[in-house]
Amino acid sequence: MRITINGQKKEMSSSQSLREVIGQFRASPAVLIAEINGTIIKKDQWDQIRVNDGDTVELVSFVGGG
Amino acid sequence: MDTPLEIAGKIFTSRFLLGTGKFKNKPDLAESIKASGTQIVTVALRRIDLERHDENILEYIPRDVTLLVNTSGARNAQEAVRVARLAKEAGYGNWIKVEVISDSKYLLPDNAETVKATEILAAEGFVVLPYMYPDLYAARALVKAGAATVMPLGSLIGSNRGLKVKEFIQILIDEIDLPIVVDAGLGAPSHAAEAMEMGADAVLVNTAVATAEQPALIARAFAMAVEAGRLAYLSKLPSPKDSADASSPLTGFLYDQPR
Repeated sequence: MRITINGQKKEMSSSQSLREVIGQFRASPAVLIAEINGTIIKKDQWDQIRVNDGDTVELVSFVGGG
Repeated sequence: MDTPLEIAGKIFTSRFLLGTGKFKNKPDLAESIKASGTQIVTVALRRIDLERHDENILEYIPRDVTLLVNTSGARNAQEAVRVARLAKEAGYGNWIKVEVISDSKYLLPDNAETVKATEILAAEGFVVLPYMYPDLYAARALVKAGAATVMPLGSLIGSNRGLKVKEFIQILIDEIDLPIVVDAGLGAPSHAAEAMEMGADAVLVNTAVATAEQPALIARAFAMAVEAGRLAYLSKLPSPKDSADASSPLTGFLYDQPR
C-alpha cells in the first residue's frame, strides 16, 4: 500500500498501526503529535489506529521559534 | 511599588519573553533562558525530519517556564487554529501565540485573520497571545475576541530595527486594557528599555539574543533593560523640554547675576 507521510510518498507492506508506522523512522516519539487525514490521533490510540492505503500522515514536533 | 505581570490569571515576575529560534546550539538557548530569568518562551511546531533523530528542544527548557507555542507558518486563521490544536495535543498547556502571516517578504501579521483565529481559539479555551500590527481597531477586536494579551510588533521580524511604530504602540498602551507585549524587531536592550519606559507590560525578543555572539550575555542585558525601563515607567519620568533647566544651583559668588 502507499501512504503519504510528511509530504513524502512511502510504500508500506501492509496496513499497520500508527505506532508501527512511526517506529520505522528515526524520529523520537517523545513529543510527537500525529495526524491522519487531518484528524489528530491521541497517543493512547496509536496502537489501535491503523494506517491504510492512501492515508496522509503528518508527524510534527516542537522546534525553536520566536 | 510594581505589581507583577498577570496573563490569564498566571503571575510572572519577569517581563521578558524569549523566543527560541535561530540559536546556534541548544546549550546557548538553555544558558540564555537561565541568564535572562525569563518565565515564558516561545516554540514552534514543525513537521519532523523522518530520516533524522532531532534533539528535543523541550529538554532545554525548564519545566517551570511557560511554553508559548506559536502558529508560525500559518497563512490564515484556519491554519493557525490547526497548529494550535496540534500543539495542545502534545500536553504542554494551551498557551498559543497566534501568528498569521501570508507575506513572505515583510512577514507582517494579517490582523483580520489573527482576530478570526483568536476568536475561535479563545472560545475553545486556549490562552491566546496574538502577534499583530499595531492598529487600535484590530486591538479592540482582539480584546473582544478573547485575547489574553495584545502583542504589537516594534518593527519587522528579525530586523533589529527597534520601535519603528512607537506612536501606534503608545496608543495601544493607553487604550487597551490587556497586557501589551512588544514583539518583533527589538534589536538591542535599549529598544527593550524604550518599550518598557513607554508603559509596555513586557517584551518578546528572539533574533537579537539568538544571533548575538554571546547569547547568554545579551539575554541578561535585555532582562536588565526591561527591568530598568519598567522602573523608569513606574517613576513617571519627566517629559523632554526645549531649553535647559540647570541641575546645579547657579546662584553664587563668581559674579553677580544680571537682574
